[in-house]
Amino acid sequence: MYRDYKKDGIVPRATTKRNKSMKKTILSFAAAAAVMSFGTMAAEAATKACFVYVGPIGDFGWSYQHHQGLEHMKKELGDQVETAYLESVPEGADAERAIERFARSGCNIIFTTSFGYMDPTNKVAGKFPDVKFEHATGYKREHPNVATYNSKFHEGRYIQGVIAAKMSKAGVAGYIASFPIPEVVMGINAFVLGAQSVNPDFKVKVVWANTWFDPGKEADAAKALIDQGVDIITQHTDSTAPMQVATERGIKAFGQASDMIKFGPTTQLTSIVDDWGPYYVERVKAVVDGTWKQQDVWGGMKEGHVVMAPFANMPDDVKKLAEETAAKIKSGEFNPFTGPITKQDGTEWLKAGEVAENGVLLGLNFYVKGVDDKLPQ
Amino acid sequence: MFEDILITIATAATPLLIASVGEVVVERSGVLNLGVEGMMVMGAVTGFGVALTTGSPWLGVLAAIIVGALFSLLFGFLTLTLVTNQVATGLALTLLGLGLSGMLGESFVGLPGIKMDYIHIPFLSELPFVGKLLFGQDPLFYVSLLLTAGVAYFLFRTRAGLTLRSIGDNHTSAHALGIKVIAIRYLAVMFGGACAGLAGAYLSLVYTPQWIENMTAGRGWIALALVVFASWRPWRVLAGAYLFGAVSIGQLHAQALGIGVPSQLLSSLPYLATIVVLVLISRNRRLTMVNTPASLGRPFVPDR
Repeated sequence: MYRDYKKDGIVPRATTKRNKSMKKTILSFAAAAAVMSFGTMAAEAATKACFVYVGPIGDFGWSYQHHQGLEHMKKELGDQVETAYLESVPEGADAERAIERFARSGCNIIFTTSFGYMDPTNKVAGKFPDVKFEHATGYKREHPNVATYNSKFHEGRYIQGVIAAKMSKAGVAGYIASFPIPEVVMGINAFVLGAQSVNPDFKVKVVWANTWFDPGKEADAAKALIDQGVDIITQHTDSTAPMQVATERGIKAFGQASDMIKFGPTTQLTSIVDDWGPYYVERVKAVVDGTWKQQDVWGGMKEGHVVMAPFANMPDDVKKLAEETAAKIKSGEFNPFTGPITKQDGTEWLKAGEVAENGVLLGLNFYVKGVDDKLPQ
Repeated sequence: MFEDILITIATAATPLLIASVGEVVVERSGVLNLGVEGMMVMGAVTGFGVALTTGSPWLGVLAAIIVGALFSLLFGFLTLTLVTNQVATGLALTLLGLGLSGMLGESFVGLPGIKMDYIHIPFLSELPFVGKLLFGQDPLFYVSLLLTAGVAYFLFRTRAGLTLRSIGDNHTSAHALGIKVIAIRYLAVMFGGACAGLAGAYLSLVYTPQWIENMTAGRGWIALALVVFASWRPWRVLAGAYLFGAVSIGQLHAQALGIGVPSQLLSSLPYLATIVVLVLISRNRRLTMVNTPASLGRPFVPDR
């Protein structure tokens, strides 16, 4: 549910509210231009895999990582596969046109990589029963040729929380959040739970940037948090700007979506890396072999969809604890959302030993105890 | 901490100020260039790339200014010589800039950039409360203030400024008086482009020293709005840019303090503040009329 907010392009990625109408016009122009200009056409024999991205492949975050997955798949499968992609496709009507265009141009499998592509994907899938569709972060599979996939990023957040509580002297971490959707709330809660497993009094200050991508604003949010006394920064927005601010101010931080160590060689503790490559290989290969079936995958560290960047800039004992936690999650022995867990308002959420159901997590709309913020509803 | 907040506000306001002041000159000459975002992002990628390859942020700034001006020349050629629609051409310039910069900057993605050094004057920079704010900021901060003062002086205290404004108010009359309307508009457009380029370089060399596609994230549009907000007067642009910066930084601090106001409301505060001030300003219709360039956006074809 990574991109839940974007129902029909209400807030397109890399767009902020202030210039919405104008930006929307432009985006639709952009989409039209993009649709007209996409790349390679299908050859006879090879299976053609096509990708639709919501942002530019140069965002060094969400879309960048999906594109890395494409490149990985291309390398693994070689001549068996041909690829094409469209970037910066706004959600809504434009997305439907883009996906349909792909379906007509001979794509055998189409990956649509943003939440807001959910309805367009299903609509087009109904018209092209022979083409396979894979929609990231959604839940609708209205036709047998639509599968969905997503990753449990919150598992990584828990490990970050453990590290943060060990590393912080102030006992407060700053969290730069994007939009109050379950995916993000899940991350904040997992982070707090991880931190409290080390220090029960650990606090988290949350700043909502209300954007996925605005380097300047993300940097400002980081500065504001640091000025208010936090000494660890973590983010659920896509740019590397907060990492740079943390480096400048000499505190530690966590990267997001990709390994950002280059932006904070002495700053980055670790980063949650979205690794879509293996999944893309598996699914495209299934089409090549004719074994593709509809499914719904919510993979985490165990499946290799979520990978932690190397633990760095921390003492050995913290590193050891982080590695142990990671190993426990990876083996499936431990679920970050295991009781006893108390909600922010003091009522009980999970009893001791009880594990949260996926359905509850995917609709999560409350904080756990220790979050110093009021959740925007 | 208070001083740190003020510095953060100045950093947020400076790129808006630079781009807006440039656009004031363009619009005062009667041309509406909506391509600020595109020119800005071109400046950002050029500044980053040149600084990275040469190792000198100043060369990066220079290159960004030149590229911004050249890029705006394209707009000038289309709208002034070929007399295309200014609104459509400006939008096209933004689209082109966003796309082209993404292509040019592809190899820069994920590379840490070079940050421009901050000024440090012994003793003065160490004064309590105002030392760093007044004497210890990035050089472009001072450039932005000088630029505002320079443009204000040029527009309202020099003969050339008067000529430029006369073209913006009535290009037909100006032409009849023998003023070279098209030539002066070309210069104004290029000045605006240079400023937008500089503002872009500020983003990729000072604000967040890195290159990411689309990193302007809509700042060009805010700069455009500020021009109207300031009723085409440079010092009011400065006030507007700082007001906008103050409210957007203030709301982040309010959130970090956890004061329990919904963050969506806080996030919209800068825009609400802008609207309120706009309403207050436009209540005085006569003043607005006096300041608005009457020929703004209207095509000019000399009859002979």
